[in-house]
Amino acid sequence: MARSLDSSHVGSAEKGEWPKPLKAEACELSFYYGSRLVLKRVSVPIAQGNITALIGPSGCGKSTFLRCFNRMHDLYPGTRYEGAILLYPEGRNILDRQVDPIEVRMRLAMVFQKPNPFPKSVYENVAYGLRVRGVRDRRVLDEKVEQALRSAALWEEVKDRLSALGTSLSGGQQQRLCIARALATDPELLLLDEPTSALDPIATGNIEELLQDLKRRVTILIVTHNMQQAARISDWTAFMYLGELVEFGPTKRLFTTPTNKQTEDYITGRFG
Amino acid sequence: MKGRTVLVPEQGTAGSSKPLLVEGEGRRRVRRIRELVIEGGLLVAALVSVATTTMILAVLVVESLGFFDTVSLYDFLTDTLWTPLFDDPHYGILPLLAGTIVTSMVGLLVAIPIGTVSAMYLSEFASPRVREIIKPVLELLGAVPTVVYGYFALLVVTPALQWIWPDLPGFNMLGPGIVIGIMILPLVISLSEDAMRAVPMMLREGSYAMGATHLETAWRVVVPAATSGIVAAYVLGISRAVGETMVVAIAAGQNPNLTWNPMEPAATITAYIVQVALGDLPHGSIGYRSIFAAGLVLAMMTFTFNILGHVMRKRFREVY
Repeated sequence: MARSLDSSHVGSAEKGEWPKPLKAEACELSFYYGSRLVLKRVSVPIAQGNITALIGPSGCGKSTFLRCFNRMHDLYPGTRYEGAILLYPEGRNILDRQVDPIEVRMRLAMVFQKPNPFPKSVYENVAYGLRVRGVRDRRVLDEKVEQALRSAALWEEVKDRLSALGTSLSGGQQQRLCIARALATDPELLLLDEPTSALDPIATGNIEELLQDLKRRVTILIVTHNMQQAARISDWTAFMYLGELVEFGPTKRLFTTPTNKQTEDYITGRFG
Repeated sequence: MKGRTVLVPEQGTAGSSKPLLVEGEGRRRVRRIRELVIEGGLLVAALVSVATTTMILAVLVVESLGFFDTVSLYDFLTDTLWTPLFDDPHYGILPLLAGTIVTSMVGLLVAIPIGTVSAMYLSEFASPRVREIIKPVLELLGAVPTVVYGYFALLVVTPALQWIWPDLPGFNMLGPGIVIGIMILPLVISLSEDAMRAVPMMLREGSYAMGATHLETAWRVVVPAATSGIVAAYVLGISRAVGETMVVAIAAGQNPNLTWNPMEPAATITAYIVQVALGDLPHGSIGYRSIFAAGLVLAMMTFTFNILGHVMRKRFREVY
Protein backbone atom coordinates (compact mmCIF):
# COMPACT_ATOMS: atom_id res chain seq x y z
CA MET A 1 0.00 0.00 0.00
CA ALA A 2 3.05 2.21 0.31
CA ARG A 3 2.67 5.02 -2.14
CA SER A 4 5.03 7.94 -2.45
CA LEU A 5 3.33 11.26 -1.95
CA ASP A 6 2.87 13.56 -4.86
CA SER A 7 5.66 16.03 -4.46
CA SER A 8 4.11 18.73 -6.62
CA HIS A 9 2.75 20.58 -3.61
CA VAL A 10 6.10 20.98 -1.97
CA GLY A 11 7.02 23.80 -4.29
CA SER A 12 3.90 25.76 -3.47
CA ALA A 13 4.32 24.97 0.16
CA GLU A 14 7.59 26.80 0.23
CA LYS A 15 5.86 29.89 -1.09
CA GLY A 16 4.09 30.63 2.15
CA GLU A 17 2.19 27.33 2.45
CA TRP A 18 -0.88 28.67 0.70
CA PRO A 19 -2.16 26.63 -2.23
CA LYS A 20 -2.79 28.13 -5.62
CA PRO A 21 -4.96 28.14 -7.66
CA LEU A 22 -7.98 27.68 -5.44
CA LYS A 23 -11.17 25.82 -6.24
CA ALA A 24 -12.90 27.00 -3.10
CA GLU A 25 -12.17 28.71 0.14
CA ALA A 26 -13.89 28.75 3.50
CA CYS A 27 -13.51 32.18 5.07
CA GLU A 28 -14.18 32.55 8.78
CA LEU A 29 -16.93 29.97 8.51
CA SER A 30 -19.05 29.56 11.62
CA PHE A 31 -21.97 27.24 11.92
CA TYR A 32 -24.75 26.88 14.47
CA TYR A 33 -27.11 24.03 15.29
CA GLY A 34 -29.79 26.09 16.97
CA SER A 35 -27.84 28.19 19.44
CA ARG A 36 -24.93 25.74 19.65
CA LEU A 37 -21.84 26.94 17.89
CA VAL A 38 -20.18 23.94 16.22
CA LEU A 39 -17.76 25.60 13.82
CA LYS A 40 -15.75 28.57 14.98
CA ARG A 41 -14.49 30.86 12.26
CA VAL A 42 -12.84 28.13 10.23
CA SER A 43 -10.78 29.21 7.22
CA VAL A 44 -9.46 26.55 4.87
CA PRO A 45 -8.38 26.88 1.24
CA ILE A 46 -9.24 24.10 -1.20
CA ALA A 47 -6.55 23.75 -3.84
CA GLN A 48 -7.67 23.03 -7.37
CA GLY A 49 -6.82 19.55 -8.61
CA ASN A 50 -5.54 18.50 -5.20
CA ILE A 51 -6.83 16.37 -2.41
CA THR A 52 -7.45 18.26 0.80
CA ALA A 53 -8.01 16.13 3.89
CA LEU A 54 -9.86 17.16 7.03
CA ILE A 55 -8.72 15.27 10.09
CA GLY A 56 -9.53 15.47 13.75
CA PRO A 57 -11.14 13.47 16.54
CA SER A 58 -14.84 12.54 16.45
CA GLY A 59 -17.09 15.50 17.07
CA CYS A 60 -14.53 18.06 16.01
CA GLY A 61 -16.85 19.40 13.35
CA LYS A 62 -15.07 18.10 10.25
CA SER A 63 -18.18 16.49 8.76
CA THR A 64 -20.25 19.53 9.66
CA PHE A 65 -17.68 21.64 7.87
CA LEU A 66 -17.78 19.44 4.77
CA ARG A 67 -21.57 19.52 4.66
CA CYS A 68 -21.54 23.31 4.55
CA PHE A 69 -20.06 23.14 1.06
CA ASN A 70 -23.18 21.67 -0.52
CA ARG A 71 -25.53 23.36 1.94
CA MET A 72 -26.68 20.00 3.28
CA HIS A 73 -27.57 21.68 6.56
CA ASP A 74 -30.33 23.57 4.76
CA LEU A 75 -32.36 20.34 4.96
CA TYR A 76 -32.65 20.65 8.70
CA PRO A 77 -34.40 23.43 10.55
CA GLY A 78 -32.59 25.62 13.04
CA THR A 79 -29.18 25.62 11.37
CA ARG A 80 -27.30 28.78 10.53
CA TYR A 81 -24.12 29.65 8.65
CA GLU A 82 -21.92 32.67 9.20
CA GLY A 83 -18.95 33.72 7.18
CA ALA A 84 -18.41 32.58 3.62
CA ILE A 85 -17.49 29.74 1.34
CA LEU A 86 -16.21 31.13 -1.92
CA LEU A 87 -16.47 28.90 -4.94
CA TYR A 88 -14.03 29.74 -7.69
CA PRO A 89 -13.55 30.70 -10.51
CA GLU A 90 -16.22 33.35 -9.91
CA GLY A 91 -15.59 33.61 -6.17
CA ARG A 92 -19.20 33.88 -5.13
CA ASN A 93 -20.24 33.13 -1.56
CA ILE A 94 -22.33 29.99 -1.88
CA LEU A 95 -23.72 30.43 1.62
CA ASP A 96 -25.43 33.62 0.54
CA ARG A 97 -29.18 33.45 1.07
CA GLN A 98 -29.66 34.54 -2.50
CA VAL A 99 -27.79 31.55 -3.84
CA ASP A 100 -30.07 28.60 -4.53
CA PRO A 101 -28.65 25.54 -2.76
CA ILE A 102 -29.72 23.37 -5.67
CA GLU A 103 -27.54 25.41 -7.97
CA VAL A 104 -24.60 24.83 -5.64
CA ARG A 105 -25.29 21.10 -5.43
CA MET A 106 -25.42 20.90 -9.22
CA ARG A 107 -21.74 21.87 -9.32
CA LEU A 108 -20.59 19.75 -6.39
CA ALA A 109 -20.99 16.10 -5.60
CA MET A 110 -20.86 14.18 -2.38
CA VAL A 111 -20.06 10.67 -1.25
CA PHE A 112 -21.31 9.68 2.17
CA GLN A 113 -19.92 7.70 5.05
CA LYS A 114 -22.22 4.75 4.49
CA PRO A 115 -22.84 3.70 0.89
CA ASN A 116 -26.33 4.96 0.05
CA PRO A 117 -27.26 3.68 -3.41
CA PHE A 118 -30.85 4.35 -4.35
CA PRO A 119 -33.22 1.39 -4.61
CA LYS A 120 -32.83 1.50 -8.39
CA SER A 121 -30.73 -0.31 -10.95
CA VAL A 122 -27.00 0.24 -11.15
CA TYR A 123 -27.59 2.18 -14.36
CA GLU A 124 -30.30 4.41 -12.90
CA ASN A 125 -28.21 5.10 -9.83
CA VAL A 126 -25.43 6.53 -11.95
CA ALA A 127 -27.84 8.28 -14.30
CA TYR A 128 -29.72 9.91 -11.43
CA GLY A 129 -27.85 13.22 -11.43
CA LEU A 130 -28.13 13.44 -15.20
CA ARG A 131 -31.87 12.80 -15.12
CA VAL A 132 -32.27 15.44 -12.44
CA ARG A 133 -30.47 17.79 -14.80
CA GLY A 134 -32.97 16.97 -17.53
CA VAL A 135 -30.81 14.71 -19.71
CA ARG A 136 -33.16 12.48 -21.71
CA ASP A 137 -31.04 11.37 -24.64
CA ARG A 138 -30.37 7.67 -24.23
CA ARG A 139 -27.03 7.85 -26.07
CA VAL A 140 -25.71 10.60 -23.83
CA LEU A 141 -26.91 8.73 -20.75
CA ASP A 142 -25.34 5.45 -21.85
CA GLU A 143 -22.05 7.12 -22.57
CA LYS A 144 -21.93 9.12 -19.34
CA VAL A 145 -22.93 6.14 -17.24
CA GLU A 146 -20.20 3.99 -18.73
CA GLN A 147 -17.63 6.74 -18.35
CA ALA A 148 -18.54 7.32 -14.72
CA LEU A 149 -18.48 3.61 -13.92
CA ARG A 150 -15.08 3.32 -15.57
CA SER A 151 -13.76 6.29 -13.59
CA ALA A 152 -14.99 4.64 -10.43
CA ALA A 153 -13.22 1.40 -11.44
CA LEU A 154 -16.50 -0.45 -11.34
CA TRP A 155 -17.34 -0.91 -15.00
CA GLU A 156 -15.70 -4.29 -15.47
CA GLU A 157 -17.54 -5.69 -12.46
CA VAL A 158 -21.02 -4.46 -13.30
CA LYS A 159 -21.16 -4.06 -17.07
CA ASP A 160 -23.17 -7.26 -17.42
CA ARG A 161 -25.63 -6.41 -14.72
CA LEU A 162 -26.43 -2.77 -15.15
CA SER A 163 -30.07 -3.53 -14.50
CA ALA A 164 -29.41 -5.25 -11.18
CA LEU A 165 -30.37 -3.32 -8.08
CA GLY A 166 -27.64 -1.03 -6.82
CA THR A 167 -28.35 -2.29 -3.33
CA SER A 168 -27.48 -5.85 -4.39
CA LEU A 169 -23.77 -5.02 -4.82
CA SER A 170 -21.16 -5.61 -2.14
CA GLY A 171 -20.28 -2.82 0.29
CA GLY A 172 -17.14 -1.75 -1.55
CA GLN A 173 -18.93 -1.90 -4.89
CA GLN A 174 -21.81 0.12 -3.50
CA GLN A 175 -19.44 2.84 -2.39
CA ARG A 176 -17.77 2.89 -5.80
CA LEU A 177 -21.24 3.05 -7.30
CA CYS A 178 -21.88 6.12 -5.18
CA ILE A 179 -18.61 7.59 -6.41
CA ALA A 180 -19.67 6.85 -9.99
CA ARG A 181 -23.00 8.51 -9.30
CA ALA A 182 -21.14 11.55 -8.01
CA LEU A 183 -18.76 11.65 -10.99
CA ALA A 184 -21.40 11.23 -13.69
CA THR A 185 -22.33 14.90 -13.56
CA ASP A 186 -18.72 16.12 -13.89
CA PRO A 187 -18.62 17.93 -10.54
CA GLU A 188 -16.11 20.68 -9.95
CA LEU A 189 -15.56 19.64 -6.37
CA LEU A 190 -16.02 16.19 -4.90
CA LEU A 191 -16.89 16.02 -1.22
CA LEU A 192 -16.14 12.75 0.56
CA ASP A 193 -17.37 12.17 4.09
CA GLU A 194 -15.30 9.31 5.54
CA PRO A 195 -15.97 7.30 2.40
CA THR A 196 -14.06 4.22 3.52
CA SER A 197 -15.07 3.97 7.17
CA ALA A 198 -17.66 1.29 6.43
CA LEU A 199 -15.34 -0.73 4.17
CA ASP A 200 -12.77 -3.47 4.59
CA PRO A 201 -9.05 -2.76 3.97
CA ILE A 202 -9.08 -4.08 0.40
CA ALA A 203 -12.07 -2.00 -0.65
CA THR A 204 -10.48 0.95 1.16
CA GLY A 205 -7.28 0.46 -0.83
CA ASN A 206 -9.23 0.38 -4.08
CA ILE A 207 -10.95 3.62 -3.29
CA GLU A 208 -7.79 5.39 -2.16
CA GLU A 209 -6.11 4.40 -5.40
CA LEU A 210 -9.13 5.63 -7.29
CA LEU A 211 -8.98 9.04 -5.61
CA GLN A 212 -5.36 9.43 -6.70
CA ASP A 213 -6.44 8.94 -10.31
CA LEU A 214 -9.43 11.22 -9.96
CA LYS A 215 -7.67 14.26 -8.64
CA ARG A 216 -6.35 15.11 -12.07
CA ARG A 217 -9.92 15.83 -13.10
CA VAL A 218 -11.70 16.92 -9.98
CA THR A 219 -10.80 18.74 -6.82
CA ILE A 220 -11.34 16.58 -3.77
CA LEU A 221 -12.17 17.46 -0.20
CA ILE A 222 -12.17 14.42 2.06
CA VAL A 223 -13.05 13.97 5.71
CA THR A 224 -11.29 11.09 7.37
CA HIS A 225 -10.73 9.95 10.90
CA ASN A 226 -7.94 7.76 9.67
CA MET A 227 -4.71 9.74 9.84
CA GLN A 228 -2.75 7.23 7.82
CA GLN A 229 -5.28 7.64 5.06
CA ALA A 230 -4.90 11.40 5.11
CA ALA A 231 -1.13 11.02 5.03
CA ARG A 232 -1.30 8.52 2.15
CA ILE A 233 -3.63 10.28 -0.20
CA SER A 234 -3.88 13.99 0.49
CA ASP A 235 -1.84 16.95 -0.66
CA TRP A 236 -3.10 19.32 1.99
CA THR A 237 -4.34 18.60 5.47
CA ALA A 238 -6.45 20.60 7.85
CA PHE A 239 -6.52 19.51 11.47
CA MET A 240 -9.63 20.46 13.37
CA TYR A 241 -10.38 20.22 17.05
CA LEU A 242 -13.50 21.28 18.96
CA GLY A 243 -14.93 23.15 16.00
CA GLU A 244 -11.78 25.12 15.33
CA LEU A 245 -9.09 24.86 12.73
CA VAL A 246 -5.88 24.11 14.56
CA GLU A 247 -3.47 23.80 11.70
CA PHE A 248 -3.47 23.75 7.95
CA GLY A 249 -0.57 22.92 5.69
CA PRO A 250 0.90 20.59 3.09
CA THR A 251 0.28 17.05 4.23
CA LYS A 252 3.91 16.05 4.23
CA ARG A 253 4.97 18.99 6.32
CA LEU A 254 2.02 18.77 8.70
CA PHE A 255 2.69 15.16 9.44
CA THR A 256 6.46 15.51 9.82
CA THR A 257 6.92 18.86 11.45
CA PRO A 258 3.63 20.13 12.84
CA THR A 259 3.94 23.65 14.18
CA ASN A 260 1.15 23.28 16.70
CA LYS A 261 1.46 21.23 19.87
CA GLN A 262 -2.13 19.91 19.59
CA THR A 263 -1.53 18.74 16.05
CA GLU A 264 1.60 16.97 17.13
CA ASP A 265 -0.20 15.27 20.01
CA TYR A 266 -2.96 14.14 17.72
CA ILE A 267 -0.86 12.77 14.91
CA THR A 268 1.48 11.01 17.29
CA GLY A 269 -1.53 9.36 18.83
CA ARG A 270 -1.43 11.06 22.21
CA PHE A 271 -5.17 11.84 22.02
CA GLY A 272 -8.19 11.48 19.74
CA MET B 1 -38.33 -1.43 43.59
CA LYS B 2 -39.31 -3.15 46.83
CA GLY B 3 -38.44 -6.82 46.99
CA ARG B 4 -36.01 -6.59 44.13
CA THR B 5 -32.72 -8.29 44.77
CA VAL B 6 -29.87 -5.85 44.73
CA LEU B 7 -26.56 -7.31 43.72
CA VAL B 8 -24.66 -4.06 43.66
CA PRO B 9 -22.64 -3.50 46.82
CA GLU B 10 -24.14 -0.72 48.92
CA GLN B 11 -22.17 2.29 50.01
CA GLY B 12 -19.54 1.47 52.53
CA THR B 13 -19.06 -2.06 51.31
CA ALA B 14 -17.33 -0.96 48.17
CA GLY B 15 -14.34 -3.11 47.57
CA SER B 16 -15.74 -6.14 49.36
CA SER B 17 -16.51 -8.89 46.88
CA LYS B 18 -19.67 -10.09 48.61
CA PRO B 19 -22.96 -8.51 47.51
CA LEU B 20 -25.02 -7.06 50.31
CA LEU B 21 -28.14 -9.05 49.51
CA VAL B 22 -28.04 -12.66 48.41
CA GLU B 23 -31.28 -14.36 47.42
CA GLY B 24 -32.22 -17.51 49.31
CA GLU B 25 -33.16 -20.77 47.62
CA GLY B 26 -36.82 -20.60 48.81
CA ARG B 27 -37.39 -17.13 47.46
CA ARG B 28 -35.92 -18.16 44.17
CA ARG B 29 -38.36 -21.08 43.84
CA VAL B 30 -41.37 -18.92 44.69
CA ARG B 31 -40.30 -16.43 42.08
CA ARG B 32 -39.88 -19.12 39.47
CA ILE B 33 -43.37 -20.52 40.09
CA ARG B 34 -44.90 -17.06 40.03
CA GLU B 35 -43.24 -16.39 36.69
CA LEU B 36 -44.54 -19.66 35.27
CA VAL B 37 -48.12 -18.94 36.39
CA ILE B 38 -48.09 -15.45 34.93
CA GLU B 39 -46.55 -16.67 31.71
CA GLY B 40 -49.21 -19.38 31.42
CA GLY B 41 -51.96 -16.85 31.99
CA LEU B 42 -50.61 -14.61 29.29
CA LEU B 43 -50.40 -17.54 26.90
CA VAL B 44 -54.06 -18.42 27.50
CA ALA B 45 -55.06 -14.81 26.87
CA ALA B 46 -53.14 -14.83 23.63
CA LEU B 47 -54.65 -18.14 22.59
CA VAL B 48 -58.21 -16.81 22.98
CA SER B 49 -57.93 -14.74 19.82
CA VAL B 50 -56.24 -17.56 17.91
CA ALA B 51 -58.93 -19.99 19.05
CA THR B 52 -61.68 -17.56 18.10
CA THR B 53 -60.34 -17.18 14.59
CA THR B 54 -59.98 -20.92 14.20
CA MET B 55 -63.51 -21.56 15.48
CA ILE B 56 -65.01 -18.99 13.16
CA LEU B 57 -63.26 -20.59 10.23
CA ALA B 58 -64.37 -24.04 11.40
CA VAL B 59 -68.02 -22.97 11.69
CA LEU B 60 -67.85 -21.35 8.26
CA VAL B 61 -66.43 -24.49 6.72
CA VAL B 62 -68.80 -26.91 8.47
CA GLU B 63 -71.94 -24.97 7.66
CA SER B 64 -70.74 -24.46 4.11
CA LEU B 65 -70.26 -28.19 3.74
CA GLY B 66 -73.98 -28.56 4.43
CA PHE B 67 -74.64 -25.97 1.78
CA PHE B 68 -72.50 -27.75 -0.77
CA ASP B 69 -74.41 -30.99 -0.12
CA THR B 70 -77.32 -29.38 -1.92
CA VAL B 71 -75.56 -27.08 -4.34
CA SER B 72 -72.68 -28.20 -6.46
CA LEU B 73 -69.48 -26.18 -6.27
CA TYR B 74 -69.66 -25.83 -10.04
CA ASP B 75 -73.08 -24.15 -9.92
CA PHE B 76 -71.93 -21.98 -7.04
CA LEU B 77 -69.02 -20.66 -9.04
CA THR B 78 -70.60 -20.40 -12.49
CA ASP B 79 -74.31 -19.70 -12.14
CA THR B 80 -75.03 -16.08 -12.94
CA LEU B 81 -78.04 -15.80 -10.67
CA TRP B 82 -78.18 -15.58 -6.89
CA THR B 83 -81.76 -16.19 -5.79
CA PRO B 84 -81.56 -18.58 -2.83
CA LEU B 85 -84.87 -17.43 -1.36
CA PHE B 86 -86.95 -17.65 -4.53
CA ASP B 87 -89.18 -20.55 -5.54
CA ASP B 88 -86.73 -21.29 -8.32
CA PRO B 89 -83.50 -20.92 -6.38
CA HIS B 90 -80.15 -20.24 -8.01
CA TYR B 91 -76.93 -20.19 -6.08
CA GLY B 92 -74.35 -18.46 -8.26
CA ILE B 93 -71.94 -16.38 -6.20
CA LEU B 94 -70.86 -14.35 -9.25
CA PRO B 95 -73.41 -11.51 -8.91
CA LEU B 96 -72.41 -10.95 -5.28
CA LEU B 97 -68.74 -11.25 -6.12
CA ALA B 98 -69.14 -8.72 -8.92
CA GLY B 99 -70.85 -6.32 -6.53
CA THR B 100 -68.03 -6.71 -4.03
CA ILE B 101 -65.36 -6.23 -6.67
CA VAL B 102 -66.98 -3.18 -8.24
CA THR B 103 -67.55 -1.32 -4.98
CA SER B 104 -64.04 -2.18 -3.81
CA MET B 105 -62.51 -1.04 -7.09
CA VAL B 106 -64.31 2.29 -6.93
CA GLY B 107 -63.08 2.63 -3.36
CA LEU B 108 -59.51 1.92 -4.41
CA LEU B 109 -59.68 4.36 -7.30
CA VAL B 110 -60.48 6.99 -4.69
CA ALA B 111 -58.17 5.81 -1.91
CA ILE B 112 -54.99 4.95 -3.84
CA PRO B 113 -54.29 8.27 -5.56
CA ILE B 114 -55.50 10.46 -2.70
CA GLY B 115 -53.91 8.21 -0.11
CA THR B 116 -50.51 8.06 -1.81
CA VAL B 117 -50.31 11.77 -2.45
CA SER B 118 -51.47 12.58 1.09
CA ALA B 119 -48.95 10.18 2.58
CA MET B 120 -46.20 11.71 0.46
CA TYR B 121 -47.23 15.15 1.62
CA LEU B 122 -47.35 14.16 5.27
CA SER B 123 -44.08 12.27 5.19
CA GLU B 124 -41.99 14.56 2.99
CA PHE B 125 -43.47 18.03 2.89
CA ALA B 126 -45.66 18.80 5.89
CA SER B 127 -44.07 20.68 8.76
CA PRO B 128 -44.24 18.84 12.09
CA ARG B 129 -46.95 21.27 13.12
CA VAL B 130 -49.20 20.57 10.15
CA ARG B 131 -48.64 16.85 10.64
CA GLU B 132 -49.68 17.17 14.27
CA ILE B 133 -53.00 18.60 13.15
CA ILE B 134 -53.72 16.36 10.18
CA LYS B 135 -52.90 13.00 11.69
CA PRO B 136 -55.43 13.13 14.56
CA VAL B 137 -58.08 14.38 12.14
CA LEU B 138 -57.38 11.40 9.91
CA GLU B 139 -57.70 9.09 12.87
CA LEU B 140 -61.03 10.74 13.62
CA LEU B 141 -62.12 9.78 10.12
CA GLY B 142 -61.44 6.19 11.09
CA ALA B 143 -63.53 6.58 14.25
CA VAL B 144 -66.78 7.49 12.46
CA PRO B 145 -69.25 4.58 12.78
CA THR B 146 -69.71 2.79 9.47
CA VAL B 147 -73.47 3.19 9.63
CA VAL B 148 -72.94 6.94 9.47
CA TYR B 149 -70.82 6.45 6.38
CA GLY B 150 -73.66 4.38 4.94
CA TYR B 151 -76.20 7.14 5.33
CA PHE B 152 -73.62 9.60 4.12
CA ALA B 153 -73.35 7.56 0.91
CA LEU B 154 -77.12 7.28 0.52
CA LEU B 155 -78.18 10.77 1.48
CA VAL B 156 -75.24 12.98 0.51
CA VAL B 157 -72.93 11.37 -2.01
CA THR B 158 -75.54 9.73 -4.23
CA PRO B 159 -77.70 12.89 -4.46
CA ALA B 160 -74.55 14.86 -5.28
CA LEU B 161 -73.69 12.36 -8.02
CA GLN B 162 -77.26 12.54 -9.30
CA TRP B 163 -76.71 16.21 -9.76
CA ILE B 164 -74.00 15.30 -12.28
CA TRP B 165 -75.73 12.22 -13.72
CA PRO B 166 -79.50 12.70 -13.28
CA ASP B 167 -80.18 9.11 -14.42
CA LEU B 168 -78.22 7.59 -11.57
CA PRO B 169 -80.51 5.38 -9.49
CA GLY B 170 -80.92 6.13 -5.80
CA PHE B 171 -79.21 2.86 -5.00
CA ASN B 172 -75.98 2.38 -6.93
CA MET B 173 -72.45 1.12 -6.38
CA LEU B 174 -70.64 4.34 -7.28
CA GLY B 175 -71.69 6.37 -4.23
CA PRO B 176 -70.93 3.66 -1.66
CA GLY B 177 -67.71 2.84 -3.53
CA ILE B 178 -66.54 6.42 -3.16
CA VAL B 179 -67.48 6.41 0.51
CA ILE B 180 -65.59 3.13 1.03
CA GLY B 181 -62.61 4.87 -0.51
CA ILE B 182 -62.92 7.67 2.04
CA MET B 183 -63.27 5.10 4.79
CA ILE B 184 -60.08 3.23 3.95
CA LEU B 185 -58.18 6.44 3.32
CA PRO B 186 -56.87 6.75 6.90
CA LEU B 187 -55.51 3.21 6.75
CA VAL B 188 -53.85 3.70 3.36
CA ILE B 189 -52.38 7.05 4.37
CA SER B 190 -51.03 5.99 7.70
CA LEU B 191 -49.44 2.76 6.44
CA SER B 192 -47.96 4.44 3.34
CA GLU B 193 -46.66 7.28 5.46
CA ASP B 194 -45.03 4.82 7.84
CA ALA B 195 -43.34 3.18 4.88
CA MET B 196 -42.06 6.49 3.52
CA ARG B 197 -40.84 7.72 6.87
CA ALA B 198 -38.96 4.46 7.33
CA VAL B 199 -36.82 5.39 4.31
CA PRO B 200 -33.46 6.38 5.82
CA MET B 201 -32.50 10.03 5.72
CA MET B 202 -29.21 9.15 4.04
CA LEU B 203 -31.07 8.23 0.87
CA ARG B 204 -32.76 11.62 0.81
CA GLU B 205 -29.43 13.31 1.45
CA GLY B 206 -27.89 11.35 -1.41
CA SER B 207 -30.60 12.64 -3.70
CA TYR B 208 -30.36 16.25 -2.56
CA ALA B 209 -26.59 16.12 -2.91
CA MET B 210 -27.08 15.29 -6.60
CA GLY B 211 -28.97 18.55 -7.01
CA ALA B 212 -32.44 17.05 -6.86
CA THR B 213 -35.38 19.13 -5.71
CA HIS B 214 -37.66 18.28 -2.84
CA LEU B 215 -40.29 16.83 -5.17
CA GLU B 216 -37.77 14.84 -7.21
CA THR B 217 -36.36 13.38 -4.02
CA ALA B 218 -39.80 12.41 -2.76
CA TRP B 219 -40.98 10.99 -6.05
CA ARG B 220 -37.86 9.34 -7.46
CA VAL B 221 -36.16 8.13 -4.30
CA VAL B 222 -38.49 7.99 -1.31
CA VAL B 223 -41.54 6.50 -3.03
CA PRO B 224 -39.56 3.79 -4.89
CA ALA B 225 -37.70 2.95 -1.68
CA ALA B 226 -41.01 2.58 0.13
CA THR B 227 -42.80 0.69 -2.64
CA SER B 228 -43.35 -2.59 -0.89
CA GLY B 229 -44.73 -0.81 2.18
CA ILE B 230 -46.99 1.34 0.05
CA VAL B 231 -48.29 -1.67 -1.88
CA ALA B 232 -48.88 -3.43 1.42
CA ALA B 233 -50.99 -0.45 2.47
CA TYR B 234 -53.04 -0.83 -0.73
CA VAL B 235 -53.51 -4.53 -0.17
CA LEU B 236 -54.68 -4.07 3.40
CA GLY B 237 -56.97 -1.32 2.08
CA ILE B 238 -58.43 -3.79 -0.44
CA SER B 239 -59.02 -6.26 2.33
CA ARG B 240 -60.89 -3.65 4.33
CA ALA B 241 -62.90 -2.54 1.28
CA VAL B 242 -63.91 -6.10 0.41
CA GLY B 243 -65.14 -6.72 3.92
CA GLU B 244 -66.97 -3.41 4.26
CA THR B 245 -70.64 -4.07 5.01
CA MET B 246 -72.74 -1.23 6.33
CA VAL B 247 -72.11 1.26 3.54
CA VAL B 248 -72.99 -1.13 0.75
CA ALA B 249 -75.91 -2.67 2.62
CA ILE B 250 -77.46 0.74 3.07
CA ALA B 251 -76.61 2.54 -0.14
CA ALA B 252 -75.93 0.03 -2.93
CA GLY B 253 -79.33 -1.63 -3.05
CA GLN B 254 -79.71 -5.24 -2.01
CA ASN B 255 -80.64 -7.07 -5.17
CA PRO B 256 -77.95 -9.38 -6.54
CA ASN B 257 -77.18 -8.11 -10.00
CA LEU B 258 -74.40 -9.39 -12.20
CA THR B 259 -72.98 -6.19 -13.61
CA TRP B 260 -69.65 -4.41 -13.78
CA ASN B 261 -71.29 -1.02 -14.14
CA PRO B 262 -70.88 1.02 -10.93
CA MET B 263 -73.87 3.18 -11.88
CA GLU B 264 -76.21 0.26 -11.24
CA PRO B 265 -77.52 -1.03 -7.95
CA ALA B 266 -76.21 -4.38 -6.77
CA ALA B 267 -75.66 -6.47 -3.69
CA THR B 268 -72.26 -7.40 -2.38
CA ILE B 269 -71.42 -10.55 -0.45
CA THR B 270 -71.51 -8.61 2.81
CA ALA B 271 -74.77 -6.87 1.98
CA TYR B 272 -76.40 -10.21 1.23
CA ILE B 273 -75.24 -11.67 4.52
CA VAL B 274 -76.66 -8.73 6.44
CA GLN B 275 -79.93 -8.89 4.58
CA VAL B 276 -80.42 -12.60 5.13
CA ALA B 277 -79.04 -12.74 8.64
CA LEU B 278 -81.53 -10.10 9.75
CA GLY B 279 -84.48 -11.93 8.21
CA ASP B 280 -86.15 -14.88 9.95
CA LEU B 281 -84.78 -17.89 8.15
CA PRO B 282 -85.30 -21.30 9.66
CA HIS B 283 -82.13 -22.66 11.19
CA GLY B 284 -80.58 -25.26 8.93
CA SER B 285 -82.45 -24.24 5.79
CA ILE B 286 -80.55 -23.86 2.59
CA GLY B 287 -81.01 -20.09 2.65
CA TYR B 288 -79.53 -20.04 6.14
CA ARG B 289 -76.60 -22.12 5.01
CA SER B 290 -76.01 -19.97 1.95
CA ILE B 291 -74.78 -17.13 4.14
CA PHE B 292 -72.03 -19.36 5.46
CA ALA B 293 -70.92 -20.23 1.96
CA ALA B 294 -70.92 -16.56 1.05
CA GLY B 295 -69.12 -15.78 4.29
CA LEU B 296 -66.49 -18.38 3.53
CA VAL B 297 -65.76 -16.81 0.16
CA LEU B 298 -65.48 -13.42 1.81
CA ALA B 299 -63.25 -14.70 4.58
CA MET B 300 -60.96 -16.37 2.08
CA MET B 301 -60.64 -13.13 0.13
CA THR B 302 -59.86 -10.96 3.13
CA PHE B 303 -57.50 -13.53 4.63
CA THR B 304 -55.58 -13.73 1.39
CA PHE B 305 -55.25 -9.98 1.12
CA ASN B 306 -54.34 -9.61 4.77
CA ILE B 307 -51.62 -12.22 4.61
CA LEU B 308 -50.30 -10.76 1.38
CA GLY B 309 -50.29 -7.29 2.89
CA HIS B 310 -48.48 -8.35 6.03
CA VAL B 311 -45.88 -10.32 4.12
CA MET B 312 -45.14 -7.24 2.02
CA ARG B 313 -45.01 -4.98 5.05
CA LYS B 314 -42.49 -7.28 6.63
CA ARG B 315 -40.43 -7.29 3.50
CA PHE B 316 -40.08 -3.53 3.34
CA ARG B 317 -38.98 -3.47 6.97
CA GLU B 318 -36.14 -5.81 6.10
CA VAL B 319 -34.74 -3.77 3.25
CA TYR B 320 -32.86 -1.38 5.53
